[in-house]
Amino acid sequence: MSVCLIKEYTGIPFDRDEILRYAGCRSQSEEISALAEECIKEAENVFSYKVCYSVYPINIKENKVQFPFAQVNSAYLAKKLEGCNGAVVFGATVGLGIDRLIAKYGVLSPAKAVIFQALGAERIESLCNTFNKEIKEKYKNVKPRMSPGYGDIPLKLQRDIFSVLDCPRKIGLMLNESMLMSPSKSVTAIIGISGDEFFEYN
Amino acid sequence: MNITEYIKDNVLYLDGGMGTLLQSAGLKPGEYPERWNISHRETVKQIHADYFSAGSNVVCTNTFGANLLKFEANELEEIIKAAVENVRQAKEKSSGNQEKFIALDIGPLGKLLKPYGDFDFEEAVETFAYTVRLGEKYGADLILIETMNDSYETKAALLAAKENSSLPVFVSNAYGEDGCLMTGASPEAMVALLEGMGADAIGLNCSLGPDQLSGVAEKLLASASVPVIFKPNAGLPRSENGKTVFDVSPEAFAKSIKKLMERGVRIAGGCCGTTPEYIRCLVNETKGIKTVEITQKNKTVVSSYAKCVEFGSAPVLIGERINPTGKKRFKQALVENDIDYILKEGISQQESGVHILDVNVGIPDINEPEMLKKTVCALQAVTELPLQIDTSDPTAMENALRRYNGKAMINSVNGKKESMEAVFPLAKKYGGVIVALTLDENGIPETASGRVEIAKKILKTAEKYGISKKDIVFDTLAMAVSAQSDAAKVTLEALKRIKNELGCHTSLGVSNISFGLPGRATVNSTFFACALENGLSAAIMNPYSADMMKTYYSYNALHGFDNNFEEYIAFAESLTETSVVSEKKAQVNDGEKGTELQNSIIKGLKEQAAVLTKELLSCGEPLEIVKNEIIPALDVVGKGFEEKKVYLPQLLMSAEAAKYAFEEIKSFMSASKQEGISKCSIVIATVKGDIHDIGKNIVKLLLENYGFKVSDLGKDVPAEDIVNEVKRLNAPIAALSALMTTTVPAMEDTIKLLRKQAPWCKAVVGGAVLNQEYADKIGADKYAKDAMETVRYAEKISEV
Repeated sequence: MSVCLIKEYTGIPFDRDEILRYAGCRSQSEEISALAEECIKEAENVFSYKVCYSVYPINIKENKVQFPFAQVNSAYLAKKLEGCNGAVVFGATVGLGIDRLIAKYGVLSPAKAVIFQALGAERIESLCNTFNKEIKEKYKNVKPRMSPGYGDIPLKLQRDIFSVLDCPRKIGLMLNESMLMSPSKSVTAIIGISGDEFFEYN
Repeated sequence: MNITEYIKDNVLYLDGGMGTLLQSAGLKPGEYPERWNISHRETVKQIHADYFSAGSNVVCTNTFGANLLKFEANELEEIIKAAVENVRQAKEKSSGNQEKFIALDIGPLGKLLKPYGDFDFEEAVETFAYTVRLGEKYGADLILIETMNDSYETKAALLAAKENSSLPVFVSNAYGEDGCLMTGASPEAMVALLEGMGADAIGLNCSLGPDQLSGVAEKLLASASVPVIFKPNAGLPRSENGKTVFDVSPEAFAKSIKKLMERGVRIAGGCCGTTPEYIRCLVNETKGIKTVEITQKNKTVVSSYAKCVEFGSAPVLIGERINPTGKKRFKQALVENDIDYILKEGISQQESGVHILDVNVGIPDINEPEMLKKTVCALQAVTELPLQIDTSDPTAMENALRRYNGKAMINSVNGKKESMEAVFPLAKKYGGVIVALTLDENGIPETASGRVEIAKKILKTAEKYGISKKDIVFDTLAMAVSAQSDAAKVTLEALKRIKNELGCHTSLGVSNISFGLPGRATVNSTFFACALENGLSAAIMNPYSADMMKTYYSYNALHGFDNNFEEYIAFAESLTETSVVSEKKAQVNDGEKGTELQNSIIKGLKEQAAVLTKELLSCGEPLEIVKNEIIPALDVVGKGFEEKKVYLPQLLMSAEAAKYAFEEIKSFMSASKQEGISKCSIVIATVKGDIHDIGKNIVKLLLENYGFKVSDLGKDVPAEDIVNEVKRLNAPIAALSALMTTTVPAMEDTIKLLRKQAPWCKAVVGGAVLNQEYADKIGADKYAKDAMETVRYAEKISEV
């Protein structure tokens, strides 16, 4: 039940509108679109899309969610996971390459750095969406993903997730002192599974 | 027998997986396996003994994560003591009469080092050092640093092992499917780094199965002159009935490893998913296998965290532009602590095609050891080119080499006793390829023979320090031909002889040759061609010189270093493009240039803004251009942004174009010794614990545009540093950035310290998590929701 698996992806398509939205542009000018294309071209090959995950039975009592590896005191999480018997816990990252580009262009061209930042945000969201879709296909009744820091979900749950999934070793994802992740374009999250599918597969 | 002796003639078998076996023995998810050394002694001992009985020569202590980040000092000592003792007892109770050794196992810390993480390099060294000292104290025979996926952390661990014990050190990295480490290093780059620092064996473990990693092993075998370690997983894991299963059987595993042993792998074992059964199969399958001799590869290689540059085929270009000598603007940048200027110089040389960057920041009145360290670290955050550390100050050299991520070039040593005594120990400890100048106490010999003699002396001394000739590159010193007519001939003759008689690589600072002559570029590039034809391996040169680059690309094309002339053709085409562009620009009439400059800033066209400014400067006053052209253009965009008609990236494109224009004005004024145009000083920083700097950089760029003198302290900056800089500059404003809720307290601390020590200074704060309420709570003078608001506030304060 607590087998930790790794998934790698390639060729997740770019969503240009999302990139510009993350960059704070509500409408597009020719110059900005050209800049975005330039950035996409430069970044295209630096991404390394990785996910590590495991499925756990959970137990919800009042405002507490009990995982085998941690007890989470969060009314928000308890409510959002209502009716779930289990949950997929995952860590995802698009790698360090985009951080290097953001740093480089932070010096050379903040305009490009903003676009790279947006691009990285779009990439990690797209990666999570791709993975979530697969989980939904497998388990049917799943809840939207939630991360430490959402609502009253304690940030320190990060430590438990990192430790139980062994993110550094599995996908090269590290947790800093301030609970920030490196590479920066990374996500840890929980997807609740309700109904009988959880038991069927585990 | 000592393990390094044993390995000379034998294959060495390591153990297999530990984590998976402990889990099946009941280790719970998230529970620390290291505690089992004490709480489940017998289980751990039994696993160790099973490995010895299966034929392992080396069994690793169960200490993968035994470090001060996970355990208190007392518990850590107990764990390591028990862990070593467990292997010792297993060694005694196990069957098999092979040689048996205890390896202190050291895994990664689980934190990424700066600049992309928040963990400090020296802290990492100290953390590893603590574990190393305990391991040696309790009787380990060797140290195995394993599963490292970051070259920098690997260096920290190896440095800690070397500085704190005399045990042999094996180093093994976890390579991904792309054949590189997570942070980018290739196997060749790791060999350069680790051999340079004296690792006793180098290899790979974890991540994938034996067949998927065989390519990495082949690369290690081709470049390493020490034994190669191969310790893959039992393939890839999958879930079967709630259990982890791996897809490579013990038999298939053994067969795959045997193939690589036949290619030269000396040290083999298993990682995740492997069990004593895998080791037994491996030992049986490879019984009596003939060992492949480990040869000296004698490659002259420098590396960065990602890239290797090897000397010996196509010439190596070393960019000389990061050097204050004769450059007013560069000196100004150093005095003003303007690291960005230096970084841009590095990146633009990289774009011009150099392979290595020389780094020299030595000017009087600055703290060179600090500045050099800072510059090297900052450069490595933005460029993957290897660096050549250029200083005559041994403290600065050590500072930089220690922090350098890779195997650097060291510039330089010479035949003087004092120089060799200072440089060779550093090269031995940190690794490096040393540039050796053929001069000594008696100066520069006038004859080629004299210079060759000094080269021999340098080689002989280096050997005493254990530095082999592959790590020395000779510079036979190009001297002004205008002062001595046979200067070029002597240099070339010495070069040729050192290459042919001593078998060493060479490097030259080419441009000295033309000193005192007109049309220097022509002389330089011709001399460069002559030197290449005489066997020059590398040149320290100006990559912006079209003449030099012409020689370089044509030489490579003529000598077959350029496949299908691809590089030459691209270069030749870029030459035509440049002339077309300048023609186009030339068509703009003088009268229109003013509006044209405003337009180019509004549209964010950087190069055009720079060219137009330069042209305007030839007939106008710099301050007039700022007042009448640049500021009005910025105001148009700034207002648009405030009215939400212009978006952030557009605002920044304009700001960058304006900065290009300002850069032209700054150079012009610096050259004509005119007074600057700065308003007051502003200190800007991302606070301690926070490693985001994009927002801070945006604010900085705009403040500079509006004429403020910005001192940028970077990210993750302690309160004391910010306050000290405010005091030093008597700055009326400090701009602080934080992106995370967890670092807002650091912001509060900084403001408190400011109030105490620099009460005149206003604190303006910004960043994703901040709002007016937060800002009030931590006592800030101003919350700025975006960069423009900071600018407006600064203007208000500076007018008072």
